[in-house]
Amino acid sequence: MVVIEGSGWRGQELRELWAHRDLFYFLAWRDVKVRYQQTVLGAAWAILQPLISMVVFTILFGRLARVPSDGQPYAIFSYAGLLAWNFFSTAVTNGSNSLIGSTNLITKVYFPRVIVPAAAVGASLVDIAIASLMLFAIMPFYGVGFHASLIMLIPLVALTTLAAGAFGIWTSALNVKYRDIRYALPFAIQIMMFLTPVIYPVNMLPERWRWVLRLNPLSGIIEGFRDAIFGRAFHWTGLGASAAVTLLLLVASVSIFRRMEQEFADVI
Amino acid sequence: MKPIIKVDGLGKRYRIGQGKTYGSLRESMVDRLTALFRLQNRKSAKTDCWALRDVGFEVQQGEILGLIGTNGAGKSTLLKILSRITRPTTGRVELHGRVGSLLEVGTGFHPELTGRDNIFLSGVILGMRRAEIVSKFDEIVDFAGVEKFIDTPVKRYSSGMYVRLAFAVAAHLQPEIMLIDEVLAVGDAEFQKKCLGKIRNVARSGRTVVFISHNMAAIETLCDRCLLLKGGTMVANGPTHQVIADYIASMAQWQTGTVSLLHHPGRTGSSDHSMTSVTLAADGVDPASVMQMGGTLEVKVTFKRVRPVLPVIGVVIKDSHGIAILGVNNKFIASNQFERTAMGTISCSLSDLPLLPGNYSLDLYFGDGTQDIDVVCDAISVEVLPADVFGAGQQPPSGTGIIYWPASFALTDGSSQECKLTDVSARAVA
Repeated sequence: MVVIEGSGWRGQELRELWAHRDLFYFLAWRDVKVRYQQTVLGAAWAILQPLISMVVFTILFGRLARVPSDGQPYAIFSYAGLLAWNFFSTAVTNGSNSLIGSTNLITKVYFPRVIVPAAAVGASLVDIAIASLMLFAIMPFYGVGFHASLIMLIPLVALTTLAAGAFGIWTSALNVKYRDIRYALPFAIQIMMFLTPVIYPVNMLPERWRWVLRLNPLSGIIEGFRDAIFGRAFHWTGLGASAAVTLLLLVASVSIFRRMEQEFADVI
Repeated sequence: MKPIIKVDGLGKRYRIGQGKTYGSLRESMVDRLTALFRLQNRKSAKTDCWALRDVGFEVQQGEILGLIGTNGAGKSTLLKILSRITRPTTGRVELHGRVGSLLEVGTGFHPELTGRDNIFLSGVILGMRRAEIVSKFDEIVDFAGVEKFIDTPVKRYSSGMYVRLAFAVAAHLQPEIMLIDEVLAVGDAEFQKKCLGKIRNVARSGRTVVFISHNMAAIETLCDRCLLLKGGTMVANGPTHQVIADYIASMAQWQTGTVSLLHHPGRTGSSDHSMTSVTLAADGVDPASVMQMGGTLEVKVTFKRVRPVLPVIGVVIKDSHGIAILGVNNKFIASNQFERTAMGTISCSLSDLPLLPGNYSLDLYFGDGTQDIDVVCDAISVEVLPADVFGAGQQPPSGTGIIYWPASFALTDGSSQECKLTDVSARAVA
């Protein structure tokens, strides 16, 4: 039995999410299919984007500005950072625009709304999968060997997905009410990239300021990506901090979403 | 028996400017001015409007319940609450079963994807499981009749094919409770019949249907019981034929030959209140609510606005099933362009109207030549009385179409026809 009251419909959300798992899959599948069908280069974009950025950054920061890269080839160093960062920023952007792009669904049919931004974030996983293959292809050219630690990329990508989910779900709900988000978010993501060790190593910062980077869940994640690729020891405290902050953000974002979703159909 | 749907004291409040609401002319003027300063607009948006108030009813399993009422009566809001798209402000609903809602044809369709892909996508969005769609796939394709185009992107479909496929997916939903909003307004007559049949079968198999329509004929054939909503409250709940009679009687107040449009329930959501009144005149009688077949109908629309525009008026005449019969618009008549003005009365004269006897309803559109500013549906109605339009001593039979038309018949006698035929064959031989 379903009871509908002014306070909403509580208590069966998890069961409903489970009942709608096919919807999650099909929405993600639609996003991927439509994206690759409408673009001429299709999946090549997932490779070209980080590859071109890597070339530009390697010339600008690696060669000209001589940004240190932990003693590793700057190209792989920055590609590793961009791999995680591009995935994160694409997933958050797609997630934040997903609800207002689904107005026709929101106003015409019921399902747990959180599936929409979650599926948009999930669909971006295809990009990072393709871009990772590219990474494995260029590693030998820079003399970077394959280490067993590469397997850690799987939980790291999962953690990045959760972080992107946290931001994507939160901003998608805000976007319904305040369309300003649409303009503010790309800017915020750009600023955030410089606050994240994507193109520079963490140890470039003085020791006493590194805790600031720890607040940014992406810092630990990107360090983790590099540790996995270069076969170094993992910074477990950094990773633990990232995971903790990510989970906190996710819980906060889902609870904000749940509060706001009640009026989506009325304000969208 | 325990009802499958139980609704108690249901109410839905919208803030003005958030949804379908009716403000006064002054309010819309203030809104217009403050639209430049959005913060102030939000402050002035404190006025509340109840789209639905204190509605309560029960539905038994296997029943087909009709929801009728004018535009803005709260039918769609009620259905949106039942389907959990929006939540009520007050009251409570109990639903004992899986709910499927069909508020629009083609929900979730993506134009770039093929018919096959869209069946799956739309199916899961409407609440089907993947396995369920796989097992019904052939049936859906067959019902829609699009086998040949199943792997073509739906953006290349004709609108008829698109609608058929979309309805076919929805028709194969098997929820215990099915909520349907005016979906039969689409598709050709044959397909509509097929859809009505499908809905009837759904109910016969023990499921429950709640159905909104402006098509009284469909409501009458499908529904055992009807609710009549008016201004957000329920004014009747009973056997279909009785409620429909109430509805028509309640519409009678719009049949005086002249109607104020300031607070008209037929005004659509985003309209402002430019049109203030409409008056009908027929065959020299002014105002008039009846006219003779073949007579001249004059529609006089008075408007008043803050800022002047190039006024454009459109009039659409609809029959009692809500089907548009004809529409006229001065924008498309070169010699009927008017000067820019903020107020005035535009009269539209329709001579020799070929309408059959019956009740007709008029939709009014007011615009500035580029867009509609104010739209009022079912603004006023006119009754057409039978008349001996062809001078045959009797009126032409109704039920042979939606309009009558002067025609001339000629008989060529049999012998001359034979003669012609020989001519043709003779030429053919030559």
